[in-house]
Amino acid sequence: MAKQSIITVKNLIKNYGDFKAVKGISFEVYEGEIFGLLGPNGAGKTTTLEIIETLRDKTSGEIIVDGFNIDTDAASIKKRIGVQLQAAGYYPNLNLTELIELFSGLYGIERSPAEMLEKVALNDKAKAKYKELSGGQKQRFSIATTLINNPRIVFLDEPTTGLDPQARRNLWDLIREIRDQGTTVVITTHYMDEAEVLCDRVAFIDGGNIIGVDTPDAFIDKLVASGFERPKEVKLASLEDVFINMTGKEWREE
Amino acid sequence: MTDKPYSNFKATLAIAKASFRSIIRSPSSVVFTLLFPLIFILVFGFISGGGVISVDVGVAKTNDTLNPVYQALKKVSVIRLIHNQTPEQMEANLKKGSIDAILNIQKNTTPPYFTVNIQHSKASGDKEAILKSALNNIFFQLNSHIPDAPPPVAIIKEAEVETREYKTIDFILPGQLGFSLLSTGVFGTAFVFLSLRITLVIKRFFATPVKRYSIVIGEAIARISFALIGALFIILIGHYAFGFTLVHGVVTVLNMLLLSLIGVVVFMGFGFVVSGIAKNESTVPPIANMITLPQFLLSGTFFSINVFPAWLQPISRALPLTYLNDSLRKVAFEGASLVDVSHQILIMCIWGVVVYAVAVKTFKWE
Repeated sequence: MAKQSIITVKNLIKNYGDFKAVKGISFEVYEGEIFGLLGPNGAGKTTTLEIIETLRDKTSGEIIVDGFNIDTDAASIKKRIGVQLQAAGYYPNLNLTELIELFSGLYGIERSPAEMLEKVALNDKAKAKYKELSGGQKQRFSIATTLINNPRIVFLDEPTTGLDPQARRNLWDLIREIRDQGTTVVITTHYMDEAEVLCDRVAFIDGGNIIGVDTPDAFIDKLVASGFERPKEVKLASLEDVFINMTGKEWREE
Repeated sequence: MTDKPYSNFKATLAIAKASFRSIIRSPSSVVFTLLFPLIFILVFGFISGGGVISVDVGVAKTNDTLNPVYQALKKVSVIRLIHNQTPEQMEANLKKGSIDAILNIQKNTTPPYFTVNIQHSKASGDKEAILKSALNNIFFQLNSHIPDAPPPVAIIKEAEVETREYKTIDFILPGQLGFSLLSTGVFGTAFVFLSLRITLVIKRFFATPVKRYSIVIGEAIARISFALIGALFIILIGHYAFGFTLVHGVVTVLNMLLLSLIGVVVFMGFGFVVSGIAKNESTVPPIANMITLPQFLLSGTFFSINVFPAWLQPISRALPLTYLNDSLRKVAFEGASLVDVSHQILIMCIWGVVVYAVAVKTFKWE
């Protein structure tokens, strides 16, 4: 993978009054990778993400997204990114087809709703309302709305929170597909097993600082090399493996 | 990703389309804009004749009660003739507006054989016009019995008066239309912007290239279209089912729609203010009701504001719905042009400027 930077963040600072939410972080996201932002609640993940997404003003620092400076070219950036927000709702009383039409209009382009829903395997829900979907379907639909403008980068904020193991795996496949088609993915998650299997590189954020950026393997190897051992002997399978093994891989429609 | 120039126009239309679809599927907007007004129109439409509107006319003691004008007037159902008051009482009641006119018909020995003296006050308002219309009608019938009196011109004029019978629907419909525009403007706008804000729909919009003004204009186009379609629907049902008077036909309808447009734009301003002040969806109704209820009750929706006590009338005359109702009635029944109601339009516009100035200060995007 050519390591060409598509997002560059330098010394990003965000203060809410006296509270310093983000304290001067710098990192790069490479083109075509799945990049994970990891960290406990309140660490500054969502704030950082929303600043890059042009939804929030920064206090200081420099951000370049796909060659555009966020201070001078936010409008160009908006055209090039797809954003999935944590807990965002959709326009009330509209079905999925109509919502895709609405977003196409917001991006000023023509997209076939059927084609977009096909991408996330929701064709049979074309006439359903968003609120009638299951958790996994809602997330898949949210991702479909981020792909309407053929973005260079998509941002996914905790897309798998609250999903059952099948739906989670199903979403991983979708996210990998998006990456394989050449779109860079920036994702936040609280599940380390997810970051381990899904992310090409991850950054740990805590207390508004970045405390490490590397591949998941490199982080694990470093920790093991430092003499770390799990207190209990590691089994060759986890309980989640048991769950998937017993209940099957195919994704359930609730 | 395309590098074609971005079209704000397309984005605005996309929002208008989405919003319009959402409105017509939302039960509350349909109930408030169409169903409630239609129910009231139905209820009052079936109460024929007297009930709601009557012109109270005090009959002077010196009145000649045997003459044909008086006999004919007795048969007009909207006119209530009052005999049991002393001249002093009548005088006082006329000033208060609790009676609309004092009638005194005198018999003459030479033509004209009857002189009809009408005393009225400012408080009687358009009721005096109803009385005059009724009298003109009677004169026409009487005059036609005298062989050489009426020139042909008079006949045409009288024929016109005859068609303008002031019906209950002529009073009720404009009031209900005003009420419909008020509810859809205030409640609809307040709810939609608050819920789009709370459910982060607007935040998600902001991650797209759409401009803020596109969101506001798109929503406004949808709501105004819905309100005007509703208005047209109410006018047509009123006209064809209950004989609502449209003096100049299509022109009157268009004038009414234009007044409705001004009205709903002003009322939407209140909606923007409410959506900014309200913290969550359950605080919308109390705040919105504080704006709509006083107008609903005091702006002549059901009763002419002339029946209110004198101290209350200045309040009525300060409310924007009063002027919308008033101008709608004048246009529909009296055939007034928009120029004739420019005073009412001006006051609505002043309200609009004030309300939108407040809305700009209070409106919140997130």
